[in-house]
Amino acid sequence: MSELLKKEREIVIPGEILAKGMDFLPGENSYRENDNIYSKALGLVYVSGRVIKITPLSGPYIPMVGDRVIGRVTDITMTGWRINTGIAYSGILNVKDATTRFIKKGEDLSKIIAIGDYVIVMITQVTSQRLIDFSMRDPGLKKITGGRVIKINSHKVPRIIGKQASMVTLLREKTGCDITVGQNGRVWIRGTPEGELKAARAIKRIEERSHESGLTKSMETFLGGAQ
Amino acid sequence: MIVNQTTIKELAGKKMRIDGRKFTEYRTPITVETNISWTAEGSARVQLGETVVMAGVKLSLEKPYNDTPDQGGIMINAELTPLSSSEYESGPPGIKAIELSRVTDRGIREAKAIDMKQLCVVPGEKAWFVIIDIVTINDAGNLFDVAGLATLAALKAARFPVVDEETGAIDYKKKTDKPLPLTKEPLPVTVYKINGNLLVDPTAEEEKVYDARLTVATDEKGTISAMQKGGEAPLSTDEISQMMDMAQEKATFLRGVLDK
Repeated sequence: MSELLKKEREIVIPGEILAKGMDFLPGENSYRENDNIYSKALGLVYVSGRVIKITPLSGPYIPMVGDRVIGRVTDITMTGWRINTGIAYSGILNVKDATTRFIKKGEDLSKIIAIGDYVIVMITQVTSQRLIDFSMRDPGLKKITGGRVIKINSHKVPRIIGKQASMVTLLREKTGCDITVGQNGRVWIRGTPEGELKAARAIKRIEERSHESGLTKSMETFLGGAQ
Repeated sequence: MIVNQTTIKELAGKKMRIDGRKFTEYRTPITVETNISWTAEGSARVQLGETVVMAGVKLSLEKPYNDTPDQGGIMINAELTPLSSSEYESGPPGIKAIELSRVTDRGIREAKAIDMKQLCVVPGEKAWFVIIDIVTINDAGNLFDVAGLATLAALKAARFPVVDEETGAIDYKKKTDKPLPLTKEPLPVTVYKINGNLLVDPTAEEEKVYDARLTVATDEKGTISAMQKGGEAPLSTDEISQMMDMAQEKATFLRGVLDK
């Protein structure tokens, strides 16, 4: 006899039993032990058909192929740059993936990207050991200059972007800033000092109130008229 | 955060700060909680913005130093815990921890804030020693001011333990209502110079780009008891007097928070 013990959108902690019996299947962030399905993360329960999954509310960013992230250069190697995306595993940006320009042998790589610089990169490969490869050869992928980088919880990134990028478009319109959201929870804002401050505060507010419904509407009032 | 560091410098030139505060504005909330630990004779937890520091006061009876047989003593130790910032490691105190404890110590000691003679029980044999421990819980910038505030709050909250008159043993579990002989209330305020502008209460990011800083400890009458300069850039005499004025004004403000 199978039984679902948790309601949809209920908050659970790791180790909590979500369902009993074999009729349900463990999805993302959940696992089966004997007859029970347990939660692996602190998050909200979602049930689609027989599959139970947990949308985490906290925890580190898990790198995925295709994600655009904002990373910080921590080291320069023989053939590229070591980039930290805010998690325990750093990745490599190879010279051939960094620029379309021809780079001569023995050229000083720190002239192109220096240690401490922030870059917008795309994840091209993640191994099972979490070794990450990056690329910078797509439009929009570049070294960051000017403005400011703020950090938010990577699980709130979908709320910052909004449905069909509605939230980030709203932020761009109302603050007049360039806003780039990395999937790892780093956000780059560049515009006028006042606009940057407004955008940074708005993003922090979205992060705090991410669970509320009608967030885009309330953010519209928060941001007020267009700049 | 090199991007943010350049932005902070640029904004300072335009009389602005990255978080929108004024140069002389402290972060909020500022909260002071006293007697947070029952094992210490006095303790305080101070929060300023996201920076949190705890301070504890322990009292013990020791033999006074030979050159000051009729006086007690104070010792201040600071620990920058790895939990407060990714930059700190456990182990013996580093240069930043030593500077923090010594600057706080100097503010209290040189102001003669504690009447050392009143700490003496039997001259040459027994005197109270005040041991203060500063522990950082979160470093989001401006540890000097927060540590100073926490230390003073803990000193004000401290009460002597009960001493058995026959055996001389201290019962730390019982407290008398006798406070420490505090004569003054010195508070350090650190003024930072970034891109030619003077400001107080920097965030952790602003602390990375400062050119110079000056910690000024003043008591409630405005008497300066200690100063400490840091950073590589020089300071002109005009700047120093401006910094001292700012420090005095902000110390009055912090004192108001403490007395609330």
